[in-house]
Amino acid sequence: MTTSVQMKKMTMIQGINDAMRTMLAEDENVLVMGQDVGVNGGVFRATEGLYEEFGKERIIDTPLAESGIIGTSIGLAVNGFKPIAEMQFFGFIYPAFNQIMTHATRIRQRSMGRYTAPIVIRAPYGAGVKAPEIHSDSVEALFTHMPGIKVVVPSNAYDAKGLLIESVNDPNPVLFLEPMRCYRSSRVEVPEEKYTIKLGKAAVRKEGEDISVFTWGAMTIETMKAVEQIEKEQNVSCEVIDLRTLYPMDKDTIAASVQKTGRALIVHEAPATGGVSGEVMSVINDTSFLYLRSPVERVCGFDIPVPVYSLENEYIPSPEKIKNAIQRSISF
Amino acid sequence: MLDKFPMQQILNEEGKVNPDAGIDKISIEQIKHFYYLMLRARLLDKKSVKLQRQGRIGTYVQYEGQEAAQVGSAAALEKGDWMFPTYRDHAATLTFGHSMRNLLLNWRGRIEGGLPPEGINIFPPAIPIASQLPHAAGAAWAEKKRGSDRVSLVYFGDGATSEGDFHEGLNFASVFQVPAVFFNQNNGFAISVPMEKQMNTKTIAQKGLGYDMECARVDGNDILAVYFAVKEAVERARKGEGPTLLEAVTWRYGAHTTADDPSKYRDQSESEKRRETTDPLLRLERYLKNEGEWEDAWTAALQEDINKEIETALEEMENYPEPDMSQLFDHVFDVPTWTIQEQIDEHLAVKGRKS
Repeated sequence: MTTSVQMKKMTMIQGINDAMRTMLAEDENVLVMGQDVGVNGGVFRATEGLYEEFGKERIIDTPLAESGIIGTSIGLAVNGFKPIAEMQFFGFIYPAFNQIMTHATRIRQRSMGRYTAPIVIRAPYGAGVKAPEIHSDSVEALFTHMPGIKVVVPSNAYDAKGLLIESVNDPNPVLFLEPMRCYRSSRVEVPEEKYTIKLGKAAVRKEGEDISVFTWGAMTIETMKAVEQIEKEQNVSCEVIDLRTLYPMDKDTIAASVQKTGRALIVHEAPATGGVSGEVMSVINDTSFLYLRSPVERVCGFDIPVPVYSLENEYIPSPEKIKNAIQRSISF
Repeated sequence: MLDKFPMQQILNEEGKVNPDAGIDKISIEQIKHFYYLMLRARLLDKKSVKLQRQGRIGTYVQYEGQEAAQVGSAAALEKGDWMFPTYRDHAATLTFGHSMRNLLLNWRGRIEGGLPPEGINIFPPAIPIASQLPHAAGAAWAEKKRGSDRVSLVYFGDGATSEGDFHEGLNFASVFQVPAVFFNQNNGFAISVPMEKQMNTKTIAQKGLGYDMECARVDGNDILAVYFAVKEAVERARKGEGPTLLEAVTWRYGAHTTADDPSKYRDQSESEKRRETTDPLLRLERYLKNEGEWEDAWTAALQEDINKEIETALEEMENYPEPDMSQLFDHVFDVPTWTIQEQIDEHLAVKGRKS
């Protein structure tokens, strides 16, 4: 007997929309709330059609107040609901930082498990879409450093749907970061039915033998470009791993890859200092030090505010920089 | 605005009832019960200050002087309602059914201190100022969505009205017309900063106008005024008629905390004067005497019972098992992540214990 899974080509934004629709239909306690998520369907159309399908009691246009959105989500969550709260851009999350840091992530422990806040905070993030100032920040490390919250970053429609459904099911707060450059950059086959992808599991995008390149979000695009080019130009085989979850990180997949290739490079667009690349290096150090044939490399954003868009291509790690880093590692 | 928000009072300082106030709605037994609840809160507070001086608990936050505001408001709630206190609201949480032992454990640096008995909806006390107001709006919103008649009551001080979360909490509550009561205790000082430096308005109640919300200002040392104002707000919320902002004007006799010296920023003789005039317990005592309902034997018996209760709670607190180090790691997530599990294992290995 075979069961046929209906597949559909989707962009990442459609995968995100489909995940929310799936969970809204399955669990009446799931709510979607945020600025412009209702009638307007979200500024990126992530919530398109949900208001019409599920109504204003469940797809809620809130006042423009990030702390209020997260603060009321906490109250709703401890009292039985499962809010999916949208920050319109990740760079606008800062007013909500206190609510996330001192309450959403702590209420489970402060109440010894009595009260929990299973909130999913969605936020479009990253540079490369010519957005105005502040809209392009990549501050995932502020939240991987924060105890009590998981941090997830899909890079395509399939991962986005499976990871978002799993995030809604997760009993802990989850920060779900959506790289804006990936929203419509690819269309992949996505099952129409419900499926989940476990949080904390990386995906091997391309197998290789000589170096492991770890990345996530929109930097998977630059990394795949760089790897395709360098493999054409010279006799080198690169493994590319999309971490997908930044906390908790997939230690086993990182270790297995580095132990196979003996070399590692981390690519992220957030500023280098204090960036999540440091944690990947730490995992490599702890698990695979004696396997290394060269120092671990990283290509990151500068330690500067993400620039206005006329200069953003200077800021974002380029395929050329990634190729140079691979070259340095290989020829060490 | 002061004239638009007169301080509502039922019981004046002489213990005389305002004849227009509708006091017949409350029995003498209930008034005597209020006296008991305030006395209980006050004796616990006084004992706690002593315990801090003796080094038996850590830094402690006093509420003496604010008993009418806290007890009167909490008494207007029913089981199943939600309470969102600050760290200065033990008189309220105790009245609403919190465990005295756990309240003491809170000041002994114990996580159990934030936990009320099962079935009583009290949030652990909010530490970041005003951050609990959006929670109260959210929890009330959940009740409204479920179609229940439960409400939430949230406590905050005068300083909290300067925070963004005060305004965001009120605005969400107003926009979604949730059954929440925002109960401000205006004790005149945010640590050292007096109200006139905190805001240019003369009342806090008027801030509700900006949210088209029912709002009123009451004498926070008059437990009857507080009780009836909160009861009215709670009933309005239960009927689906939206949120209320109440300002209860009160005074803390002591310091901000046991780590604070109020003589640096205010004349403490004001507190001594108020003990003889506006005190919430003294006022009820005068009322009961005026009514011929006061018996020295009755209060003596109450004191004895309360002191016994406090001694028992204190003994339970001091004999409470030492915290297990598992509390460090429990409940950060539903299940520890691998990073936390590794840290547990390494920590236990150093301690020579197995997980």
